[in-house]
Amino acid sequence: MIIDHPLLGPRDAQEFVILGDASLIDRPDWQAEDAAQQFHDYQHLRDNPAGEHRELWFHEQGDRSWLVVTRSTLTHEVLKVELARDVAIARGRNR
Amino acid sequence: MSGPYRIDGGAIDRGRSLAFRFDGRSMTGHPGDTLASALLANGVRLVGRSFKYHRPRGVFSAGSEEPSALVELRNGAHREPNTRATVAELFDGLEAFGQNYRGSLRHDLLAVNDLLAPFLSAGFYYKTFMWPKSFWERVYEPAIRASAGLGRLSGEADPDSYDKGFLHCDLLIVGAGPAGLAAALAAGRSGARVILADEDFVMGGRLNAETHEVNGRSGTDWAAKAVRELASMDRVRLLLRTTVVGAWDHGVYSALERRTDHLAASNGKPRQILWRIYSKRAILAAGATERPIAFGGNDRPGVMLAGAVRAYANRFAVGAGRRVGLFTNNDDGWRTAADLTARGIEVAAVIDVRDRRPLADVPGARILMGGRVTATWGRRGLKGVELASGERIALDCLAVSGGWNPNVHLTCHHGGRPLWRPEITAFVPGGGLPEGMTVAGAANGTFTTAAALAGGHRAAAAVLDGLGVSVAAGEAPGASDEAAGVSAFWHVRESRGRAWLDLQNDVTVKDVVQAHREGFRSVEHLKRYTTLGMATDQGKTANVGALAIMAEQTGRTIAETGTTVFRPPYTPVPIAAFAGRSRGREFRPTRLTPSHDWAAGQGAVFIEAGMWLRAQWFPRPGETHWRQSVDREVLQTRGSVGICDVTTLGKIDIQGRDAAEFLNKVYANGFAKLAVGKVRYGLMLREDGIAYDDGTTARLGDHHFVMTTTTANAVLVFRNMEFARQCLWPGLDVHLISATEQWAQFAVAGPNSRSLLRKIVDPEHDISNEAFPFMACGEIGVCGGTPGRLFRISFSGELAYEIAVPARYGESLMAALMAAGEEFDAFAYGTEALGVMRVEKGHAAGPELIGQTTARMLGMQRTVSKKKDCIGNILSERPEMNREDGLELMGFRPIDRSQELSAGAHFLAPGAEATMENDEGWLTSVAWSPELGHAIGLGFIRNGHARVGETVRAWDGVRGRDVPVEIVSAHFLDPDGERLRG
Repeated sequence: MIIDHPLLGPRDAQEFVILGDASLIDRPDWQAEDAAQQFHDYQHLRDNPAGEHRELWFHEQGDRSWLVVTRSTLTHEVLKVELARDVAIARGRNR
Repeated sequence: MSGPYRIDGGAIDRGRSLAFRFDGRSMTGHPGDTLASALLANGVRLVGRSFKYHRPRGVFSAGSEEPSALVELRNGAHREPNTRATVAELFDGLEAFGQNYRGSLRHDLLAVNDLLAPFLSAGFYYKTFMWPKSFWERVYEPAIRASAGLGRLSGEADPDSYDKGFLHCDLLIVGAGPAGLAAALAAGRSGARVILADEDFVMGGRLNAETHEVNGRSGTDWAAKAVRELASMDRVRLLLRTTVVGAWDHGVYSALERRTDHLAASNGKPRQILWRIYSKRAILAAGATERPIAFGGNDRPGVMLAGAVRAYANRFAVGAGRRVGLFTNNDDGWRTAADLTARGIEVAAVIDVRDRRPLADVPGARILMGGRVTATWGRRGLKGVELASGERIALDCLAVSGGWNPNVHLTCHHGGRPLWRPEITAFVPGGGLPEGMTVAGAANGTFTTAAALAGGHRAAAAVLDGLGVSVAAGEAPGASDEAAGVSAFWHVRESRGRAWLDLQNDVTVKDVVQAHREGFRSVEHLKRYTTLGMATDQGKTANVGALAIMAEQTGRTIAETGTTVFRPPYTPVPIAAFAGRSRGREFRPTRLTPSHDWAAGQGAVFIEAGMWLRAQWFPRPGETHWRQSVDREVLQTRGSVGICDVTTLGKIDIQGRDAAEFLNKVYANGFAKLAVGKVRYGLMLREDGIAYDDGTTARLGDHHFVMTTTTANAVLVFRNMEFARQCLWPGLDVHLISATEQWAQFAVAGPNSRSLLRKIVDPEHDISNEAFPFMACGEIGVCGGTPGRLFRISFSGELAYEIAVPARYGESLMAALMAAGEEFDAFAYGTEALGVMRVEKGHAAGPELIGQTTARMLGMQRTVSKKKDCIGNILSERPEMNREDGLELMGFRPIDRSQELSAGAHFLAPGAEATMENDEGWLTSVAWSPELGHAIGLGFIRNGHARVGETVRAWDGVRGRDVPVEIVSAHFLDPDGERLRG
């Protein structure tokens, strides 16, 4: 598999470690009223789609960027690769 | 000279002779021969025995599809079983052996299995070895194992080396037959970066085996000229003897190149290379494989594929027989009669299942249109055939053609399903091809030379167009279209005796019929029930015939019956090639500590800790048991001073304005208020609240911290911290870098540690207890200005420090510490003594942090700050993880102090039965404390703190121990920490 790293260009998947569903970026607010339930869901519930899936990959043998790779689980086609940091900021995590 | 069956012509080098031995018999062949062609030239027909019935087997094909002629190649540790003689290139001194027999190849004692054939049909194993149950392990399995398998492994380590390599190209062309060569010429002339790979040792594919003409010259000559032109192009790489075995995602292909298999010795060069090829596009021009027709006794040596008989005659200058018959259902088969006749080999009969006008006149041959071969005779090789009409014809070779199967294998590697085309009675590539792959030539079902050449040329032009390369390819090479008519005919119903489908696995037509009768009708079930299509050839000559018979049985069409899809590899790949250089000590990198050479010089015993090699203990003269060394190291340290290399601990440098806040989030306990110049113990939780790592973090400046992790988790902690930094809190100004290998670090422990360090640390740094108390840290100079860091932390429980210098000074610092320590009788200690001291002190480590351990179990529930957000904070509050009667880390000592303890022992109440219900916890770590003079242990036990003084049993069913132990504090020594603060 080839992942087109936004900074480094196409890299072999061997250089990466996969973590899984990119929803792990959306860590709940620890002070929310139902924090326990939210963290339970965050920790344990994942969608397992046949088709487009957003995944977290870590360029461990490279520049140590965490990436969000949008990939088809049916064809393995890589549809989009973003820096996870950019995704996290776009989702308001820098506040 | 090189055998009685050698004929004129061919592409062998008659100027040189190669001596070889088969089953002890000396023979000769020529460069250009395969082992199979050389054996045939010498009249050797019996080459091996079949898998199940030990039937005589000979050469069946002339390529990698060979199901039958499997041999053991070479001797001793170099021996390679199950090698196909048809692809083994002959070299001088080659030694080969037939395989799968007991006694001798000619008189195989296990041939008795053939007489038992009525009892050994499909599913025999599943049905027979069911009962009695107790027989399986002691009777059936040993007996089956003894008779199973084909060739023998050498049982020795493979002495050859293997390698891996990486290649990049615009266009990968798989197969250098007419289609592949035409494609390569078109792409190469246009300046594209091309890799052309072919499994053979001469490029040209069928052009070398047939008598076709291309551009007005012989196909062989044209191919040779094309290869010369390609070889002269800078951007074209030719990979001979290279099989593309797998198609992976995004244009990645794996290919096995056999570099020295054709040489007597590899002379230190890699024997094989497993290439990973990154391609923008690929053209599959893998050609087609001929398939047989099933009829009674069609497995005898001498029954061969017609195209192979032509290849042996045209390319290898070998007559596969002296009196050859032909049995065909298609026009292509007739070429055999023409080619053999032209080379002076007698063709005795042409039997065509089609009831039509003969295609040609074959001088001297019986032409039998609408004929059927029903049986054969000849004990170790074919002597003749019998026809449905009852006529018997003496033959020593029968060339059989049942049509051709396109080699669609690589098109299936991403789940693509081949498509049945009835008009050519063959599966062609269907949809779902690997991205970027196109198929040309016979692999695509276009069987004639002209169509293959044009198809390859066209495919290359389309690929170049897609890549934006301007095509400067000219015209496709020209050839005439041969007759290629074929009728669907799979097996002779009137057969007498067994009609074989899979020669390698001894699967007959009857087995397929039986599988159908017993309900194994899906193609995948058929395969697994009968073993059809398994092993080295993966049914390349057998699958489609079996499928056709299953279709007949079910009354469906072949298209409806479907086909098994193919998985990588296309042909067998040695495990050694997958391993490459990663074997033995090079299986993974070995990481050495800065003091490794010094320790080795001291005779240290080393232990693997992940990739690291760490000194386990340092034996002294006279010490004969490891315990002597370890006890001495512990007493030495506690009595004076000991030194231990702790470089392997993970070190992470953390800098930035928000570094303290960041640490607050990744550690369960608070770090924001840690003063500069201080160190703090930190506990890390996973998000589910389970403790997974601990260590210390030192604050070197307002915005600068240095963290240590456990050796085992260094990579994981760093990965998780980068995740927290980039994905969870991207707004924090913090940066991380792993510094594990940049800093050499030594623990200096014991009452004399300060005195020793005073001789090492430059005098301007005050390290007195007042100026540099417990948990202090700072940047220092050592040995006259070498930059270093000093941490006053203690794992041993003694007055202790850790001192760090840039890794390149590590070995020198070790030597300097030992020299300075001489007056204190300082010694190095290893990981065992380290472990004993931490158990004596009650520190949790790997055996306690097992992925189920909570902060509460470690007695650290109060360190998990509830005033801040940190990873694992919320879920660590789950009630079940905070039960009052939960497991707690405690110390244990045997009531009878002379008794030993074993880690893993479970706690039971006195008199309680050893059952899960009575289980109260377990011992995690044990040690023999030289200071206390008895065994001690750490363990988790229910409600432990409330039970101090109680006696329980440490029950170890594995070692047969049942030791009464007392529950005590986990801090066996100096519970108030007076030593480490002294």
